[in-house]
Amino acid sequence: MSGPAPVLSMRGVAVRYPNGVHALGGFDLSLARGEFVSLLGPSGCGKSTALRLAAGLLGADAGRVERDASARLGFVFQEPTLMPWADVFDNVRLPLRLQGRPTGEARDAVMRALAGVGLADFAQAYPRELSGGMRMRVSIARALVTRPALLLLDEPFAALDEITRQRLDDDLLRLWRDEDLTVLFVTHSVWESVYLSTRVAVLSARPGRVVETLEVTGPARRDESFRASEGYVRTCVRASAALRAAHA
Amino acid sequence: MTAGRRGAGWLPAAVVAFAVLLGWEALVRLRGIPPYLLPAPSLIAQTLWRDLPSLLPSLWFTVRITFGALLLAVAGGVGLAVVFALSRRVETALFPLAIVLQVTPIVAIAPLILIYVESTTAALLVCAFIVAFFPILANTVVGLRSADANLRDLFTLYGATRWQRLRLLLVPSALPYFLAGLRIAGGLALIGAVVAEFTAGAAGRETGLASRILEASFRTEIPRMFAALALVSAVGVAIFAVFDWLARRLLGRWHDTEHPGP
Repeated sequence: MSGPAPVLSMRGVAVRYPNGVHALGGFDLSLARGEFVSLLGPSGCGKSTALRLAAGLLGADAGRVERDASARLGFVFQEPTLMPWADVFDNVRLPLRLQGRPTGEARDAVMRALAGVGLADFAQAYPRELSGGMRMRVSIARALVTRPALLLLDEPFAALDEITRQRLDDDLLRLWRDEDLTVLFVTHSVWESVYLSTRVAVLSARPGRVVETLEVTGPARRDESFRASEGYVRTCVRASAALRAAHA
Repeated sequence: MTAGRRGAGWLPAAVVAFAVLLGWEALVRLRGIPPYLLPAPSLIAQTLWRDLPSLLPSLWFTVRITFGALLLAVAGGVGLAVVFALSRRVETALFPLAIVLQVTPIVAIAPLILIYVESTTAALLVCAFIVAFFPILANTVVGLRSADANLRDLFTLYGATRWQRLRLLLVPSALPYFLAGLRIAGGLALIGAVVAEFTAGAAGRETGLASRILEASFRTEIPRMFAALALVSAVGVAIFAVFDWLARRLLGRWHDTEHPGP
């Protein structure tokens, strides 16, 4: 891929954990600005490892991980990972607080992020008072409060029911457009990956590497009609086949 | 709703307590049990009222020892727990020592401490401290380690300083554990203070409720023994109530222990 420098680039990356697990090997992935890329694979194939690597939470044993230094980072975990002792407002404010931003300036940013996920009225609520879907929204608002350029999500909706999950998928697509995000999304769901992404990267079994990349062509604004379209279904079938081939 | 449930929760306990006292009173009166064997609750109450002026200074002394020891235990326990949390090696080196202190009965150590520490008051303080220290240390260590792994990563991601991590993540995570430890330690500090004073067998003005119980026992003033004992129990219950209230105040809205059921 030529053109402008990628937001994130991983070349020939290998990760081996101290317990001997060879999580990634020969892993290549590159994200251009504005892309929405899904990492698709079953549990335990190294998807999360790749994401932690991209976030800099983990070092590679081999290969290179390069991130555009100007690209701020947002990270959404598999669980909402909220501080139970703090209300929604303070949870979303956390990244700004850790970066030493003054409270007044932070207030606007927090309220804007909360409005973006439809939770402006819940700033004073505590996490335990919210549903699973709402907690995940708070988690996304927290990731977006610093106005990141690159958003990394680690199977964020895996624990949610189907309806909530589709709603959050749509919210995520809207945020991706509105906030000019580049997204790396980890999932084990073929349907979700094709629905969301501009590109789906299928991972092999451990040690994980990208075995196939599928471009997803679809309308600029995806909604229910895209889910029912022939192109969507065809891409899902291809992705499923690639996944099965990689894990035969 | 929670408050209602708790409020109603007092009622059965109050009924049981009242029934026990009533039965006790009836037993003593109907069987004509002499007060030097078993005084009736009404006599104990009278004695308590009459002797209160002479018992109050002792009560105050015991309370001071208890809370003094507790304060030291909190300072020492939390301080050491933070050190342990920062360094596994220090923990492996020192934790066995803390366990030895914990498992050795305080009655067995108290005579030694009374020999080595010149001031009796200081010796009592040390004894009460030893028993109160461990639950605070052990609970706080677990609490500091209990912080969610993903939250830790999040703090790393946003470049949190050590101080931010301690204040905004580790301390709140450890708080429920610490408070549970504090509730246990409060009762233990009182037990430590009383047991050590029994061992010391101290007499005189600057002594606590244990000494009043001992004196009354030498003079076979059984109702006075019971009166002093009632005060000791009252202090224990009060300590528990205070820390229970504190835990509810501090954890109220966020912690599951304060919200029974889903």
